[in-house]
Amino acid sequence: MTILSPGEAKAILHDVLGYSKADGCEVHLDGSTTGNIRYARNTVSTAGSVTDLTLVVQSNFGQKMATATINEFDDASLVKVVRRSEELAKLAPENPEFMKILGPQKYLETKGYFESTAKIDAAYRASVAAASIGPCREKKLVAAGYLEDTVGFSAMANSKGLWAYYPSTDIDFSVTVRTEDGTGSGYVSRDYNDAAQFDAERASAIAMDKAMGSRNARAVEPGKYTVVLEPGASVGLLQNMMFNFDRRQADEGRSFLAKPGGGNKVGEKIVDERVTLYSDPTVAAIPASPWAQDGRRHEHVAWIEKGVVKNMYCSRYWAQKNEAPAIPFPANGVMEGGDASLDDLIAGTKRGVLVTRMWYIRTVDPQTLLYTGLTRDGTFFIEDGKIAFPIKNMRFNESPVIMLNNIEELGRPERINGNLIPPMKIRDFTFSSLSDAV
Amino acid sequence: MDRREFLRLSGIGVGTLMVPVFGTPRTLFGATTPIPAADKKVLADAALDAARGKGATYADVRIGRYLNQFVVTREDKVQNLVDTESYGVGVRVIADGTWGFAATSVVDEDSIAKTAEQAVATAKANAKIQQEPVQLASVKGVGEVSWATPIEKNAFDVPISEKVEMLMDVNAAALEAGASFINSIFFLVNEQKYFASTDGSYIDQDVHRIWPTFTVTVVDPETGKFRTRNALSSPMGLGWEYLDASPRGKVLGVTTRYGSRYDMKEDAIFAAKQTQEIMSAKTVDAGKYDLVLDPSHLWLTIHESVGHPLELDRVLGYEANYAGTSFATLDKWKSKTFNYGSGKVNLVADKTQPGSLGAVGYDDEGVKCKEWDLVKDGILVNYQAIRDQVHIVGEKESHGCCYADGWDSVQFQRMPNVSLRPGPEALAVDEMIKDVEKGIYIIGHGSYSIDQQRYNFQFGGQLFYEIKDGEVTGMLRDVAYQSNTQEFWNSCVAICDQRDYRLGGSFFDGKGQPGQISAVSHGCSTTRFNGVDVINTERKL
Repeated sequence: MTILSPGEAKAILHDVLGYSKADGCEVHLDGSTTGNIRYARNTVSTAGSVTDLTLVVQSNFGQKMATATINEFDDASLVKVVRRSEELAKLAPENPEFMKILGPQKYLETKGYFESTAKIDAAYRASVAAASIGPCREKKLVAAGYLEDTVGFSAMANSKGLWAYYPSTDIDFSVTVRTEDGTGSGYVSRDYNDAAQFDAERASAIAMDKAMGSRNARAVEPGKYTVVLEPGASVGLLQNMMFNFDRRQADEGRSFLAKPGGGNKVGEKIVDERVTLYSDPTVAAIPASPWAQDGRRHEHVAWIEKGVVKNMYCSRYWAQKNEAPAIPFPANGVMEGGDASLDDLIAGTKRGVLVTRMWYIRTVDPQTLLYTGLTRDGTFFIEDGKIAFPIKNMRFNESPVIMLNNIEELGRPERINGNLIPPMKIRDFTFSSLSDAV
Repeated sequence: MDRREFLRLSGIGVGTLMVPVFGTPRTLFGATTPIPAADKKVLADAALDAARGKGATYADVRIGRYLNQFVVTREDKVQNLVDTESYGVGVRVIADGTWGFAATSVVDEDSIAKTAEQAVATAKANAKIQQEPVQLASVKGVGEVSWATPIEKNAFDVPISEKVEMLMDVNAAALEAGASFINSIFFLVNEQKYFASTDGSYIDQDVHRIWPTFTVTVVDPETGKFRTRNALSSPMGLGWEYLDASPRGKVLGVTTRYGSRYDMKEDAIFAAKQTQEIMSAKTVDAGKYDLVLDPSHLWLTIHESVGHPLELDRVLGYEANYAGTSFATLDKWKSKTFNYGSGKVNLVADKTQPGSLGAVGYDDEGVKCKEWDLVKDGILVNYQAIRDQVHIVGEKESHGCCYADGWDSVQFQRMPNVSLRPGPEALAVDEMIKDVEKGIYIIGHGSYSIDQQRYNFQFGGQLFYEIKDGEVTGMLRDVAYQSNTQEFWNSCVAICDQRDYRLGGSFFDGKGQPGQISAVSHGCSTTRFNGVDVINTERKL
């Protein structure tokens, strides 16, 4: 068992810091047990469990810094890893952007650990696979899915007295259900910290319905359509947008948030005023670590408020140089929405396309955040408020910035990939070609 | 971690650089000498004996030491030096007709024997839900053999100071030539792998790979516009000699391209100048064009539209929930008439090409590597298959393309090198361009996206040159092309000859759940495709 209590982790890190001869020393201890089961063609293909405990030691002499890691924990190994990081640091060139390690911090309380997930065993994993495979066999459908569960902890300490500890659990599930003749395909994914919230049979049923409903899809002409995007469809574009919220990139003029003439777009309205996007590790539905890898606090941070850019994440070096807030990269994300359900959004759509999922999203132009990708595993035409028929998948070329300027309606946010994202109704979404893929 | 994730974390193309640390760092001045094979044989036998003792009908053991080194810089600063080592043992067995796998980082006889027993226990547990027993193609034991990447200079033996100086020199040259920013990186890999199996093989291999790369950015602060150009290098199965900048690696033309040797400083200077040129280049008119695709670009199209759809596990549905399935279904292969491409298209798989990322003596289940046809004269003739799959395509010998990305990962079917054979008749790039009335000459790989069955794709590039009436008339920007795999390869009308043949490749090809990465090369000569749809990617916010 490698899930150490705060006391056990602190004792090891205290010993490690005791061996340090550097100007500064920062140590991380991460332990986890991850189990998985993978199935395809209605049978289990692989299953396993990996336990790991890793110590990371960062030493610095002035502005020379290096890192070493080890996964052995006898005293000799602990001394060895500290000396290695110190030897490497002495060889490293001076880095004028190196920032001294932080002193003690006060962190928010977050609950990301649930016993329901920690106690998952092989039998539970097999039951999840069975919850997909059994019903699929009965209906002559073919399931391919994957379940991964993790119980772990992260601890951090340094020679200036900083101490942090965060235990957490996660369960990630996805299943693709296809018809035997390969003409229909459906998908669902679920992720939780608390496995008690997970219902494998119910989730699998959604993928099965989409698979059966998407048979014999018709082709529609590519072009601009009103789309209803399930959270699983829009999350990829939104995450990609957040990857580009780095302040230094914008200040250097190489970001969609760079301002012509210099500077960045903090304070500028860039999307529809109904868009509010923030991070907060204490949101109960998506709990996250209250501290970042370099010890900075994760707190409530508004990125976009009523369409206006409020904050950008920023390294400590760049923040100090530019007198900007040193906000770490977010640990989660919330996009506010409304009360409407996905069905309500569909019911209010005269003519449009319902998208289950977007796939293979890649940057085309970072200046406009233009991305390309394809719909997958359940794309349907909406007519007069109802799903009228399945349609063939299409490639899109679209920017999340343009998408968030074309909002018709936002629904009730749901958890997806550790974030809360609403279903969205968007006008003039750009599809550029048809795909034969099912 | 998939390629995209790695590129994001390592910050290629962006400013913030963080390189993930794999395994345990090795001291920079530590020994890179592999452990003696005789010592590893003793350990391997402990695993094989234990597995047999518990009832395994087959077992293999991989004792692996995996070394990585990254040197990460931007402009005049070294941002990170990372030197890692990961050492351990993975044991795979068949018991009750079912696979089982277990791994340990504690490398002694007792621990390895226990790990083998655990693998057998897992196999027996999984046997209860197994539908069909494993059918393993036979392999004749090869006894004690060894293989090493034929490098001239071990990159791990080059002092850190020399590597830092080289990147600082490259960066300074790019800035001097007009770049606003440059991020540059050396990635070095050394896999010291020992494989043993109950077939009677004891195979010791020392595999080296290298990838020097950069991104140059030019910013116009007034307009807020910026453009980038990535290195035209390739990741290679070579040592430090790849960076010797010798003329023998250079292909001259509208810009210099590189083969088995790379001149990083020269390329960075070209990149800085060309990125400024891109800023004022003409935006493309959307429409149909004949495309002339340089190997530095076409390798990625081959990778996505040929390499992946012909992985047999995808075809069968084992990757349905992640990477997807394939349009190249078994019925198309069985028909022996499926026109994957035009009659000029011959696509071949191998793990033997010197300098390639896929080259090894034996794969990760002890099969001697070879070359085989995938598409012959335009017709789909085969897939990529390993020992437990080849019976599906009616063969008795594995293709030898099984790989695991670490001692703690279970080996499975991974893409070998997949390459387009050069044209049999003499044809140079200039001669090819002379015949094109309305075309675009594309160099370097850029944005890429393809659907989950590998029909519809869209690719960008680094450099786009307009061709009018047989002449290159200037640079274009905002170019991407879209096509359907079968339609695209059937529009192939000409392939330059062997003289233009070069390798491109991916260091971080992702597959599987949990995900594994692998490195793979794709060779080709400059190739022409007629009447391909080109879109304009410019947008206004």
